Order: sequence, then C-alpha cells, then structure tokens
Amino acid sequence: MHELGITRSVIAICAENSGGAAVKRVTLEIGKLSAILPDAVRFCFDICAKGTVVEGADLEILEIPGRGRCRLCGRTIILSQLVGRCECGSNDLEIIAGEELKVKEMEV
Amino acid sequence: MCVTCGCSDKDQIAITNPKTGDQKFISHNEAHALGHSHTHGEEHADTPVRHEHLHAHHEHHSQAVSDSGSAAVMARSHNRTIELEKEILGKNQLIAERNREWLTAKGILALNLVSSPGSGKTTLLEQTVLALKDEFEISVTEGDQETIHDAERIRATGGKALQINTGTGCHLEAEMLERGIKSLDPASNSLLFIENVGNLVCPALFDLGERAKVAILSVTEGEDKPLKYPHMFRACELMILNKIDLLPFVRFDVEKCVDYARQVNPEISVIRLSATTGEGCVDWYRWLEEVGSSSPAAKTQRRN
Repeated sequence: MHELGITRSVIAICAENSGGAAVKRVTLEIGKLSAILPDAVRFCFDICAKGTVVEGADLEILEIPGRGRCRLCGRTIILSQLVGRCECGSNDLEIIAGEELKVKEMEV
Repeated sequence: MCVTCGCSDKDQIAITNPKTGDQKFISHNEAHALGHSHTHGEEHADTPVRHEHLHAHHEHHSQAVSDSGSAAVMARSHNRTIELEKEILGKNQLIAERNREWLTAKGILALNLVSSPGSGKTTLLEQTVLALKDEFEISVTEGDQETIHDAERIRATGGKALQINTGTGCHLEAEMLERGIKSLDPASNSLLFIENVGNLVCPALFDLGERAKVAILSVTEGEDKPLKYPHMFRACELMILNKIDLLPFVRFDVEKCVDYARQVNPEISVIRLSATTGEGCVDWYRWLEEVGSSSPAAKTQRRN
C-alpha cells in the first residue's frame, strides 16, 4: 500500500500551493507503468484529505498509457506492462511514457 | 459586479509561482488596471493560473442578471485552476539528490540492497564485512519494520551499523537515509550498504541517493520473480542469485531466471553466489571494486 504515502504527498503538495484556499478538484497524472494503482489512490484520497484544505475535493486521475521506443530499430510501441517486445524481436525498450506520477493541477 | 466582464468584485486572482510556492493575490479591478485581458477559460501565458468559468463567455454575458441563480453561478464560476505539474515524489527526489551529492563528495560508494524477506541480505552483508573490513571501512543502515536484530548482526562482524525501523512503513525513504547517514557519519572513501525493507514493490519507487540498487534473489524463491516484480528488477544494476549451494535441492532454473531478468532489464548484471558457503562471493567483491572505481568522484580506496 505505498499508495497511502503517495496520496499523502499529493495532499501535501496541494496544501502547500493553495494559499489556504479550499481545494475543489485535484487532477493527477498516473502512468500505467508507474506501479501506482489509481483505485488505491482514490481509496486513500478522502481519508488523507480529512481535516485539510483538500477535504471534499473531487479527484480526477488521468491515466497515461505506456509507450516504449525500441533501442534497436527506433519503432514506438504501446506497452501495457514494463516488459515488451518490439516487432523486430528486440526487448531493449526505452520507456518514453507511462511512468508519470504528477499532480497536474488543482482548482481552488 | 465588474462592468467589464460581469465578474463579482470580491473575486481575486492568485498568481502562484510553482517553483517557490509564492502566491500573490490581486483584486479584480487591479487586474483590469494592469491590462489583465481576462480571456475567460483561456490560459494566461505568463502565469500558471487559469481564470476559469464554467460556461462560455458570451453565454455568461447574455444571462439575465436578475436570474436568482446567477449570483451563485458566478461565485461558483470563479474557481481558479492552479497548474502545478509537480512530481508526487519530488520531495523524496530532492532529498535523494542531496544525499547523493554528499556521498559522492565524500567518495562513498552507497548501494541500496533490495529483496524479498529472507533472501539472505544480512547474511551476505555479514560475509562482505568479514571479507573486506581490512580493506575498506564499511557502514550498514538496516531497514526493517521492527527489531534491531540485523544491526546487531552487522556490528558483531565489525561493521558500523544503524537500524532504521520503519514501523508500519514498507520501504525506506530518502529522508530516513539522510538521518541515517548523519548519525552513522561514514568515513570518506568507504562503503555504505543500505539494506532496504524486505519488499520487492515499493522500494523500487524511492530513490535514496544511492549509486545503484542491487536486487538479491535466492534460489528458494520462484525463478519468475523478475517478471512478477518488473519495476524492481528494472531499477537494479545488479541481480545477485543467492543460496546457490541449495540448487541441488530446489526446483529453480537459473538460466530461465537470468533470461527473465534480462527481459525486464537487458542491462542487468548477474552474480551467482552463496553467502553461507562463500562460493561466488569473490565476483561480488570484484563488482564492488569496479563500481566503486567507476563512480564519478567516488574512488572507494583501499585502506592500505
């Protein structure tokens, strides 16, 4: 359940930047290859937000699909998990998207 | 009400600098006086703040002011969107970089050892301290949820050790290591082993400031662990296959395991050893020396 710690960091970032104003919506970017489960973050969000300026805010999670670039032939492929194989047969892939773990914006 | 755009005068515009967290509030009139063009719903190029309306601009102006709901709509419509673009793990990363700078400046080779519980991390460290303590000063930070058993085991071999108990926490974070190294105060040009909490999931996400992560997998576990926990094996520079003395008694396909690890991380190095019998440990010591001498500014020097 590292999502608990992750969610606490999200709340801390929002609280630090809201200038004391109540936060109405928080938008996160979570990559599909990031090892963070959006559902677990949703589960923790209300609990962590309690008693902070984020209490009652809507949580919006944008899931970013995984993409890799083959280091051998340069093709870009969609990755549903960290392990993948390019059409050319190589598994030497550079992950170019899907590892995001960001507080994108918030509405106050 | 603002005659320019119909917005409530009470509303303020906040200018937030996401770098410093500094916030400046300006009133609506001031904003117009400053030439604030107030393009509703559009992003201001020079600030990370968007002055957002829930409805289109023209629709907003054509609304009857006498509409009893309009005041509430307007108040609600003045939500501000603050663009943050902040890494959730940014604070940990910052402290990790500070740790890395400090360790590198002192020429300390710091390695973050990760594995499942019971893979033999502490036994390997005991062996390593016994074998190398005449050549290098060795410090160990032991991460466990509870007990100081592991730190006591390391101390008994002659290494400097500090126990970090995470309580219910399932991994070490950079701040814990920062406190750890302050308290341990490892010597210049020494070796620092950071034994993480036995867990193949979360420690992959948290940089502590180490030179490299090393995964330890014992042959009493499944050979498909690298595929089951790809994040961890992808984050590591080296995989140690421990307890190879038990290979005749267990069903473990070494080649398959190495193949799985390379599917996840084509660049991972692999060392097979037994921390109990000492077989293969010399490869580990050689690896330590190579990595120590190739670290930027971190020339881990022999004692003599």
